[in-house]
Formats: sequence, structure tokens, C-alpha cells
Amino acid sequence: MQPETAFARISETALTATDPPNDYPDYVGTRLRAPKDPLVLLPASLSELTGPVYGNDALRETDADLTRQHAGDPLGERIIVTGRVLGSDGRPLRGQLVEIWQANAAGRYHHSVDTHDAPLDPNFTGGGRCLTDDDGTYRFVTVLPGAYPWQNHPNAWRPKHIHFSLFGRAFPERLVTQMYFPGDPLFPFDPIFNSIPDERVGDRLVSTFELGLTQPEWALGFRFDIVLGGREATPTEEPHDD
Amino acid sequence: MTDVALTPSQTAGPYLSIGLLGGPVSNRLVDESDARAIRISGVLIDGAGEPVPDGVVEIWQANAAGRYAHPADDRDEIPLEDGFAGFGRSGTEDAGRFGFVTVKPGRVPWVDGRLQAPHLLVGVFARGLLKRVATRMYFPDEEAANAEDPVLLGLGPEERATLVARAEDGGLRFDIVLQGTGHTTFFAV
Repeated sequence: MQPETAFARISETALTATDPPNDYPDYVGTRLRAPKDPLVLLPASLSELTGPVYGNDALRETDADLTRQHAGDPLGERIIVTGRVLGSDGRPLRGQLVEIWQANAAGRYHHSVDTHDAPLDPNFTGGGRCLTDDDGTYRFVTVLPGAYPWQNHPNAWRPKHIHFSLFGRAFPERLVTQMYFPGDPLFPFDPIFNSIPDERVGDRLVSTFELGLTQPEWALGFRFDIVLGGREATPTEEPHDD
Repeated sequence: MTDVALTPSQTAGPYLSIGLLGGPVSNRLVDESDARAIRISGVLIDGAGEPVPDGVVEIWQANAAGRYAHPADDRDEIPLEDGFAGFGRSGTEDAGRFGFVTVKPGRVPWVDGRLQAPHLLVGVFARGLLKRVATRMYFPDEEAANAEDPVLLGLGPEERATLVARAEDGGLRFDIVLQGTGHTTFFAV
């Protein structure tokens, strides 16, 4: 029984055709964690029309260059990863905090939980952050992360990826995602990449190699643009009674 | 301008602390010596009742006067507070436990001008979540305001109960249960 003023309830698959469902059992980690009930669809009050805003003060120069956070150079292929953060109207989002984390070139995370039999790199932690400029552009220097095995199913390997965290203009636009590399042979076997219902939507997470972004004699360049817009369904959309 | 295609979400994975913790975003929104400071703590719990040690909990809130530090809140008659951004983030590596030091936010308007009860917006990322889950936390000592809050009024009593923290050890306790009996009410925002 719902009270008279009840909000619409909406299934997560009806809410968005872009994001994967949390309820996606092929990714075993979801089974005990995905909320099972439909979501309560709230209209956007001032609480949802606002969200965190950042200034430059908290960032160090080396935060955006993951190859310069230690005494020596990390091993691996040096790469430049850059792109623009845009609103769904195509306008650049300025001064946006972009946070990334990744495995080292051998496919090992600098983290106590990662027990993969691959070497740690004393010159690579794998975390970075920067703010977007007036054009919405962010830019990181890092190394190409390695693929690595995980325990999801027999012989499971994650495609090479970099985790990205973004804020957008308001709380509903907050996004954590992963950037992949073009042509990765592991795409067909990865339940996380394939959790996105529409293959063409998943392809938005695959960066593009751009010769023009490379620095000759120094680093390869990849482009990854990010578009933030919050939910697609509006409160006027027909609710699902499941 | 025409709409451009949104970027889809992916899980933050088990190593999220490398990128999300230890940076400029902390779980202390105010100094503990602030006379108004409150401590909020809780445990992130999965559908088997086990703690989730590889998650991150984030909060977004108005300041004590009820103003958001964001340009969309242009109610200049309510003061902003220097140094209070209204955003905090806590890991859950310590057996699923998260915690914040903050102030109780003031009341902010609902879409129709009624006042909402003091509340935090709460977001959770973790391994096993392919996208963020979002909820709200309300305050147990705000019975009158909670009784007229437009969001709480729109929920059933059991759903509502999952959103109100409880007093514990001089602070507030707010567990987040992702799945199963007594699970937290989650919102599409």
C-alpha cells in the first residue's frame, strides 16, 4: 500500500537506455549488491538542481601526470589521454574535477586487495586528477594500463581500461565510468563492458587513437570525450508498476 | 544546440580508493572543533547482510542556514559559508564502515515552495554496482519537519524508516542496505 501522495516507481531499465542495469547477474559482483526494487522517481528540487563545485586550489601539478608522481619513470608505454567534458546540450563543462585510476602497465593495481601475480611498479600509483579548462578539456599523461585476470568466471580478463569520475552540473549528473582502448580483443568476453544494453552506446566508452595527439618521440595520444546529462526519464514518463 | 549522446556508467570496481580517496574531497565537511559539528557513521551492507568494504559513500547538502554552495541556488538572502562546499566522500574499507563530520543542513524548498526537512543526498559507488545508487538521509531529532517533508510523505512507513538516521553514541547512525530485508529506499534522481 502506498500513500496517496506516492511518487511513481520506475524500473532501472525504464529509467535509462544509456546506463547498464545494476541487476546484471553475468557480472557476479552485482548479485548481492544490486538493489532489486523499482526506484522512487523524484522530481528535481533545489537539492537535485545543485551539486559540488570545485576550485583549483586543491590540485598539484603532478596530479595530472601519473608518470611524475615518484622519483623515477614508471615502466610501460607512455600515453596522453585527453578529451572534453560536455553537457548534454553539447556545451563544454568548465572547471570540472576529473578523477582517474588505473592498473600499471603489467595489469596490477597499487592496492592491497589486488593479488594478481604481476609486478607492482614503485614509480606508479595509478591515481590522477585535474580540472577541465574553459573549453571543457582535460588532459592526463600516464602509461597504457595492462589487462588483468579477475575471478568473475573461468579465464576472465578485463580489457585495458582507465576509471573516470565526473561531477557534471548537479547531483544527478555524477558519473563514474571506464575508458577503454580501441580494438581490444577482450571486449566480447567482458561482462562489465557488455552490461550496457546497446552495443553502440558501449562504443562511446572506447577511446580513439589520434596521431595528432601523439607527441613525437615521446607519447601516444588517445581521445575520450564525456557527455554528462543525468537521467533520461522525466517525472511525466509513464511509471512501471513492477 | 541539439542533444549529444550521454556517456554510459560503468562500475567503480574494487580499487576505487586509488582514485577517489586521499584527494581533495574528504569526509570532514567542517572541523571537528566546530561547535555545530555532527558525526554521521554507518555501514554499507549487501544482500547477504555482509559489510561492503570496497565502496565509496558521498553526501551533498546545504549549509546550516539552508543554502547550497552552487550557482543554481541564488537565494542571496541566505548566507553562504566560506570553506563549506557541502560535499563529502568516505571510503568503506574498514569493514564497510563510512563516516562524516558535518553540520545539519537547514531546510530547503521543495518544487512547490513547501520546505523540505533537513536532509543529505547520498550516493554510493562500489564494486558490483554498475552505476551509482542514490538515497537521502534525514535526521531523527526533526520529527515535526520530517512529518511534513514532501519526500517522506510520498513514501510508505517502512520505506520512510530506512531514510531516517538514529542517534548513537552522541552521533548519528545511518546504515545503507543495498538489497534484501530492510533495504534502503533508493531514488531515481
